[in-house]
Amino acid sequence: MQTGNLLLLLVVMVAGAYFVGLRRSYALARPLGGIRHLHSLPFYFAMRSAMWCAIPALVVLGLWLAFDDSIIRQQVLAGLPAELQPTDASSYNLTLSKIQNVASGALPVGFVEPPIAAAAENLQSLRQTSAMAMTVVIIVLCMFGGAWAWLKVSPQLRARQQVERVLQTLFMLCATVAILTTVGIVLSVLFESIRFFGKVPVTDFLFGLQWSPQTALRADQVASGGAFGAVPLFMGTMLISAIALLVAVPVGLMSAIYLAEYASNRVRTVAKPALEVLAGVPTVVYGFFAALTVAPFIRGMGESIGLNVASESALAAGLVMGIMIIPFVSSLADDVITAVPQAMRDGSLGLGATKSETIKKVIFPAALPGIMGGILLAASRAIGETMIVVMAAGLAANLTANPLEAVTTITVQIVTLLTGDQEFDSAKTLAAFALGLMLFITTLVMNIFALHIVKKYREQYD
Amino acid sequence: MSETTEKVRKTLARRYRAEKRFKAFGIGSIGIGLMALVLLFTDIIGKGYSAFFEYEIQLPITFDAEVLDVSDPRDEDELNYGNYQGVIRDALAERFPSVEGRQDTRALNQLVSTGAGYALRDMLREDPSLLGKTRTLWLLTDDDVDLFLKASEKQREDSRLNAKQQQWVAELEASGETRMVFNQSLFSYGDSREPEQAGILGAILGSLFTMIVTLVLSFPVGVAAAIYLEEFAPKNKFTDFIEVNINNLAAVPSIIFGLLGLAVIIGLFGLPRSVPLVGGIVLTLMTLPTIIISSRAAIKAVPPSIRQAAMGLGASKMQVVLHHVLPLALPGMLTGAIIGMAQALGETAPLLMIGMVAFIVDLPAGPLDAATVLPVQIYLWADSPEQSFEALASAAIMVLLAFLITMNTLAVVLRKRLERRW
Repeated sequence: MQTGNLLLLLVVMVAGAYFVGLRRSYALARPLGGIRHLHSLPFYFAMRSAMWCAIPALVVLGLWLAFDDSIIRQQVLAGLPAELQPTDASSYNLTLSKIQNVASGALPVGFVEPPIAAAAENLQSLRQTSAMAMTVVIIVLCMFGGAWAWLKVSPQLRARQQVERVLQTLFMLCATVAILTTVGIVLSVLFESIRFFGKVPVTDFLFGLQWSPQTALRADQVASGGAFGAVPLFMGTMLISAIALLVAVPVGLMSAIYLAEYASNRVRTVAKPALEVLAGVPTVVYGFFAALTVAPFIRGMGESIGLNVASESALAAGLVMGIMIIPFVSSLADDVITAVPQAMRDGSLGLGATKSETIKKVIFPAALPGIMGGILLAASRAIGETMIVVMAAGLAANLTANPLEAVTTITVQIVTLLTGDQEFDSAKTLAAFALGLMLFITTLVMNIFALHIVKKYREQYD
Repeated sequence: MSETTEKVRKTLARRYRAEKRFKAFGIGSIGIGLMALVLLFTDIIGKGYSAFFEYEIQLPITFDAEVLDVSDPRDEDELNYGNYQGVIRDALAERFPSVEGRQDTRALNQLVSTGAGYALRDMLREDPSLLGKTRTLWLLTDDDVDLFLKASEKQREDSRLNAKQQQWVAELEASGETRMVFNQSLFSYGDSREPEQAGILGAILGSLFTMIVTLVLSFPVGVAAAIYLEEFAPKNKFTDFIEVNINNLAAVPSIIFGLLGLAVIIGLFGLPRSVPLVGGIVLTLMTLPTIIISSRAAIKAVPPSIRQAAMGLGASKMQVVLHHVLPLALPGMLTGAIIGMAQALGETAPLLMIGMVAFIVDLPAGPLDAATVLPVQIYLWADSPEQSFEALASAAIMVLLAFLITMNTLAVVLRKRLERRW
């Protein structure tokens, strides 16, 4: 039976268990003189039955689906004759996909060696057996669970407590998804990175000045060494992020100051949401704007004053990225500026300082830690931003500080290395994960640091 | 007058100037931000509005059974292999009898989109009695002709059409045999290599399936996590660790989630590439922190007196939460979920990692069909060399922004209508 149908059947059986449990609890309560003689409301007895019916079956189903394919694959490959046994990872994948293609009918049986055809048949029969066995096991589990719960219904049963405990555990499991995600990120990035560093030394990666990840497909190809020195990428990322911050920090900060200290209520209610629209625009739209409008414009400007500007200049990507992070800087700065106690403003103004002097000499220093935290958060966003640079920055790794030239960034390289068809464990693909590790560590450290500063600052005035 | 007063007086003008300058900087900054916004929108609308329309040309088409090689229009096989290009070629040759030579004939035939043939086939299928008859029909033009007709006098000089083609098209235009209609194919087809036949329906469906998966997974899990953290979690190291994780995940670059999806969901669990299901799972992990944080805020906003009243009447902790706190917090949670969904709808980078950049013509029928999503379609078209795709990408951006604006407005309205002040 197909998994979808099986799930439907499961739903029907669980609903059945619910109603049977409900009926049973009412039936038990009637001779006693009504449901007030039961320990819990009939609803909880019914829920308990449904849970007994559903949870064991679902757990087994999940495990089965997660592992049956790999077990079947092992079995099929083990059944192959010795000379066809795959020796390394790539031939393993090749053999496997051959068998699967024959099994699905995409590859005619006549085109492959007889053992492969036999293996394909084996694969199919194993799959069928597995599906059948799964259906039977799930249905039996469902029935046993439901029956067990039905048998246990009694007026003294603490059904509510049990149901509530299960629910609470379920809620806790949902909360741990956050931890699992982090662990998943760290492990997946780390494992692939370790494999990468097995092929390319860490020092070459961190301090190498040459980045050209093209590795040879055939042994006789030229220019096949593949250099994985990531310094040009780090520099490119920093260059574009620096340009972005040069745009976003002054503009964002001054807007926040104006909105918090000068603007009338009417201006604020219009200008603040309007600036926040900038944060809601998808990054791919900024990328489009940068690549097709800003970059040609800057190039044209450069040409008209005799400068040679690359068509994928760092300046265009940086400028647009700066526009994108203006709202982050301004809203974070707004928060910290409004958190500065009014007494400090009043004191300064009372001594005869003008408004701008108060802001520059009193409020700004008081808010500085919080603002620094906000800028750090904005910087981490700039470093991790992908679409703008993928669309508007270059692909070639140039080690330059000239904003008019094309540079490439960590995120651009991750995307170019991983989109397209290549084997999963070539140095090229693994390099993307190593870059991902660098990106993750950098942004993580910046975020933790920034959140720490902001938190500490907040406590100062609370 | 004392010495200090004297000093202050002297500097007063300078200080007031500084004050004015400072204020001007503030206004200027806001101006820059707003100007960027206006520029962005006008640029996109200016580039994209023309993609909502397309040009057709009028030709008298004869459904000649011999040319078509169709004897029975009710036979599906024959219908599908009919030579519709031939009919169009004949019609063009008739309209421009002076055109001779292979090269010129080919140039002439290029004026009509290759998709026009399919339109003829569908007509014949609808009305089999058309066979052998002549009808004056409006046919879709090729994208270069379309661009030429849309362009101004000056831009026409850069057209990709050659001089003769330009002359023919100008002739058709002058005699009123061209017309501009609403671009229906934009909303009824998937991607295509031919700009005039490319549409965003495939991408919209892909986005829809991805969003459904994301919503179905992230909302219940996010709400459950928020309930646990706000109402049940004991104050200990484990709870702190969960909170730190949630806060950090909210700031992790989105592309990292793509790497996670590629390594774990596709690599380890063996789910197929390019499908909305995997995209939805990745986006779930990405939006979960947003939903958890906003749901927690909504739960916090429910006053403790409600909880105390329910407990006083003998409700258990779980009953208090599920029967009283949750319904009152639900509007706030929904607002958070919509904002999270809007974020997920605009997200591109992690979906590139899991292979949703493939060129897919067919419309996806479910979350397990290979598909692309709207932002990725924009990315693909923006990268295409043909000029017409640029307008298509802008049009797709407008559609995407329309969805996002609707969602955000919905969130604001929902908050206004349903949120209760205590």
